[in-house]
Amino acid sequence: MRALRLAALVGATLLAAPLATTPARAAGEVELPHVNWSFSGLFGTFDLASAQRGFQVYNSVCSSCHSLKQAYYRNLTGIGLNEEQVKAIAASKQIPTINDEGQPAERPGLPSDHFRSPFPNELAARAANNGALPPDLSVIIKAREDGANYVHGVLTGYADPPPGFQLMSGMNYNNVFPGHQIAMAQPLRDETVEYADGTPNTLDQEARDVVTFLAYIAEPEMVERKRTGVKVILFLLLLTGLTYSVKRKLWSDVH
Amino acid sequence: MAGLYKSDVKNPILNWIDSRLPVVTMMQREYGSFPTPKNFNYFWAFGGLAMVNLMIMIATGVFLAMAYTPNTLMAFDSVERIMRDVNYGWLLRYAHANGASMFFIVVYIHTFRGLYYGSYKAPRELPWMLGVVILLLMMATAFMGYVLPWGQMSFWGATVITNLFSAIPVVGESIVTWLWGGFAVDNPTLNRFFSLHYLLPFAIVGVVFLHVVALHITGSNNPLGIEPKGPQDTLPFHPYYTVKDSVAICVYFIVFAVLVFFFPNYLGHPDNYIPANPLVTPAHIVPEWYFLPFYAILRAVPSKLGGVALMFGAIMVLFALPWLDTSKVRSTKFRPIYRIFFWLLVISCVTLGVVGAKPPEGIWVPIGQLATAYYFAHFLLVLPILGKLERPRPLPESISRPVLGGGPLPSGVPAKPMEKA
Repeated sequence: MRALRLAALVGATLLAAPLATTPARAAGEVELPHVNWSFSGLFGTFDLASAQRGFQVYNSVCSSCHSLKQAYYRNLTGIGLNEEQVKAIAASKQIPTINDEGQPAERPGLPSDHFRSPFPNELAARAANNGALPPDLSVIIKAREDGANYVHGVLTGYADPPPGFQLMSGMNYNNVFPGHQIAMAQPLRDETVEYADGTPNTLDQEARDVVTFLAYIAEPEMVERKRTGVKVILFLLLLTGLTYSVKRKLWSDVH
Repeated sequence: MAGLYKSDVKNPILNWIDSRLPVVTMMQREYGSFPTPKNFNYFWAFGGLAMVNLMIMIATGVFLAMAYTPNTLMAFDSVERIMRDVNYGWLLRYAHANGASMFFIVVYIHTFRGLYYGSYKAPRELPWMLGVVILLLMMATAFMGYVLPWGQMSFWGATVITNLFSAIPVVGESIVTWLWGGFAVDNPTLNRFFSLHYLLPFAIVGVVFLHVVALHITGSNNPLGIEPKGPQDTLPFHPYYTVKDSVAICVYFIVFAVLVFFFPNYLGHPDNYIPANPLVTPAHIVPEWYFLPFYAILRAVPSKLGGVALMFGAIMVLFALPWLDTSKVRSTKFRPIYRIFFWLLVISCVTLGVVGAKPPEGIWVPIGQLATAYYFAHFLLVLPILGKLERPRPLPESISRPVLGGGPLPSGVPAKPMEKA
């Protein structure tokens, strides 16, 4: 049993090693303010009302430049919208297609369609954005260190540049963005969107909501994954206990 | 009926098969009645764990390959499709990605167990050397697997590692072009990496088979490092070790499940969720955690060729280990001075892992050099010299009569039941 404990300890140390080895954040980056997210922790789930408001923010603000190309409209059922609502949202979008004459055309979206991208390709996106490419947001929360806090930090981190800071033309100052110069103009401010449920539409609230929505889009499987995990681990604990007692009984006559 | 094997199996159908192809007898001999030292601790379960892990990797990998597309334009999206659209695709992929990390955790512990208890010493040199071959194959497989999702770290990791071969004088550049199948890491590289990533695990299965066959010729080492003197020192593998290994497998699955279900991206790098872009270099290119010690050795010397030579040397020196260690005593339990050096080796390896993750600047450079120096000194100086100088503690007479105060028990008298391993 001592050896088992030692083995477990060695394993745990190996697992914890990356904690110590995570590359230090580049100099000049600020400490991210930590938000208490509904989806963090072992049992965290998405705050559906917040995710729905977040979809509203994405739909009315972000989606004019940022694609969400890995997601489908049908994924919106996961934030608590019903099928009729999802159908209506999809149908309100025009999806590029090829018509019966073989010519490029558009048709109303279906729940099975991917989210419509704002630009047909990267060149078009850059041309419309002063040379900068607005990144796809499908997995943005997983694609940044401490992603949820980072995206929230960027959205709320716009400020006037400190005196003496050389801001390139067309760029904006941001406390959190690496290098502090970001091509995206401040997208959200207080009262940028009007919430139907009466939630105060402060900048902080809008940023939290859209991050909750994007966290869901990045990991639509998260709730199922954590729920399965709880069941699997409870089962394994029971199995370990039973196996260990069989082992003790069997070995009790070994001397 | 001359030429048929005389099988003892009762079941007529199995007997018919066993007479012609004695697999039942073989399994019974190698995993049923196989005499196994009775004093294993739980560190001896890690070989079996590695076997389980290899099977998980192959099983999940085969299903992932059914939905994965090895094309630079589609690889990243096909992985997201696995995550979103394939039934339990997220489970398959997270189990496969974290399974690689679990595999290295298990195999590194298995290796250090071999080092501590002298399992590489005569007559077990070949199981050890075949083990080093398995480790090399695992590294190649894991490296190519990490390229497949075609994220930023996939692409830039592949670029950095394949470029190492350009350090070879004269032919280096040509070798790199040949490896890439072009003049940069691109679609041909991804295609061949996928092909080899699917192939190599089966090569690992083959070498694992040889590793186990060679082990079963000599029998296992044990924590005392002395050979069993007779039946009183051993137990049949089944049921004693099948059940004991099952306990370890359960605990292993708990750790695995915690990673997969609750921290699936903890050991990964966020940059690999950014699609590969040959025009944008990430701020820090870091390999997966299990390569960090080798990455630190690579960067320990300012010369590229020197670094590459040291990195490969760090593995190659393990092949010579059975002859570098001059001590006849296997278990470090009886080598009080070597025990200190063993832990120094562990510390230097962990230190190298930390250094590998840091940018090569400031204090990390000399620390990495010191740890690298110790790593090689351990094998090339400490082991050959200490074996001659050190006076080991007296070895017990046999496994069932360890010299623990009481002295030898008269034979036939049942000893007090042993504390559970």
